[in-house]
Amino acid sequence: MATAEAAPAPAAGGTVPVTLNVNGKSHALALDPRTTLLDALREHLDLTGSKKGCDHGQCGACTVLVDGRRVLSCLTLAASVRGPVTTIEGLAQNNGLHPMQQAFIDHDAFQCGYCTPGQIMSAVACVREGHVRSDGEIREYMSGNLCRCAAYPNILAAIKDAASRMQDKA
Amino acid sequence: MRPFVYARANDAAEAVKAGGTFLAGGTTLLDLMKLDVMRPARVVDINDLSREFSAIEYGPQGLRLGALAHMAEAAQHPVIVREFPMIAQSLSLAASAQLRNMATLGGNVLQRTRCTYFRDTSWSRCNKREPGSGCAALDGVNRKHAVLGTSPNCIATYAGDFAQSLIALDAAVELAGPSGTRRISFANLHVAPGDDPSVETVLRPGELITAFTVPALFFARRSLYLKIRDRQSYEFALASAAVALDLDGGTVREARIALGGVATRPWRAREAEAALRGKSLDENSARAAAEAAFAGAVTHGGNDRKPELGKRTLVRALLEARALEV
Repeated sequence: MATAEAAPAPAAGGTVPVTLNVNGKSHALALDPRTTLLDALREHLDLTGSKKGCDHGQCGACTVLVDGRRVLSCLTLAASVRGPVTTIEGLAQNNGLHPMQQAFIDHDAFQCGYCTPGQIMSAVACVREGHVRSDGEIREYMSGNLCRCAAYPNILAAIKDAASRMQDKA
Repeated sequence: MRPFVYARANDAAEAVKAGGTFLAGGTTLLDLMKLDVMRPARVVDINDLSREFSAIEYGPQGLRLGALAHMAEAAQHPVIVREFPMIAQSLSLAASAQLRNMATLGGNVLQRTRCTYFRDTSWSRCNKREPGSGCAALDGVNRKHAVLGTSPNCIATYAGDFAQSLIALDAAVELAGPSGTRRISFANLHVAPGDDPSVETVLRPGELITAFTVPALFFARRSLYLKIRDRQSYEFALASAAVALDLDGGTVREARIALGGVATRPWRAREAEAALRGKSLDENSARAAAEAAFAGAVTHGGNDRKPELGKRTLVRALLEARALEV
């Protein structure tokens, strides 16, 4: 679904009208143009699952899906978002965890947990992209998500497990 | 971040008339606005131009890449992977999966340097950020700084990978501007720092990259992009080489060579290409070509080892390209 159809009227120091479709729900907001998608989610929609790590596109903690593609919400202006957004809060369906969420629990794929929402969103996209044909490929395509606790071996195991569960479901 | 006016452009004509800083993927712009390095008063969102300028087309003339195509789309395009492996590799070895989904090809070639002194405004000396203020990198921590195309005013490295493929393959750039469209050689898009490092390209005010064209090259299947870096993934190049070879047996009929991570702008190594022409390609001739490529290198202490790293990178790239089965 396209959002914010009309070009917002320019006004220095003012706000711009922004319509965000997040996890299937539409939100009409008036935002300072400087607001990133990450800040819109966390500060305006109280969706604090997406984390602010570096705020410069280097750590991946803020990863969300826009139009089904994984992007960094910290380097995305909320006003520039056109497609539907999926955050970690929107991943579980029918009161059950997404297979990737369950796999992260099963494989103890985190320690402090701060990078985990970004890891999981990125991992879901990684599987859907088909970039799970080898351990090396998963590591390469997950390299944009840093884990300072270095839970990487368990993250890799979780993704491999979830990949087969997700394919079974599909 | 400083306040700015946000506007959207529906088409190229609107964008070039809007008079502002273009926002596509935003991966450089937002980063540098947060750092207070870029301070646009007006940001013009050109993502709706993707309707017109995001196609990737291949025909007898070669490849045409819409400037609003994302890095990921070009990196995974089956024709690019097959016919121009150098291009696919230079894109897929850059950034992260998320950034490649966001960043556009036009924005990619215009990415700014990673020079710490440029990115951190607490350093007062940076001729690229504040013309005439000096260069803190010359006598600073310059391990990652350029050794080719430098000037006494700036040694900031051009950080991109994709641009090395474009310059190696004689690509052209299509531009739209307030006074119409024009087409220039990609090799002429960027300028070396010279007297004013704040000027990085020949783009005129309001001018927008709309497409790249890469002429068909029958031997481009024997091409690759080799990137050497501090960590294995998601890192900028310390040294890289884009190489394409036309071989007659073991003899080089023609070579295309560009070097990343070592120069202030996208860098075509024509001296190395000339050194290889008509030669049997082995470690000795590859080394001689690499010596020619770095003959003009200027170092500043921290980056003293860079010419040798760059040479070894090129030698390895040439030998790997020779060994490709195409």
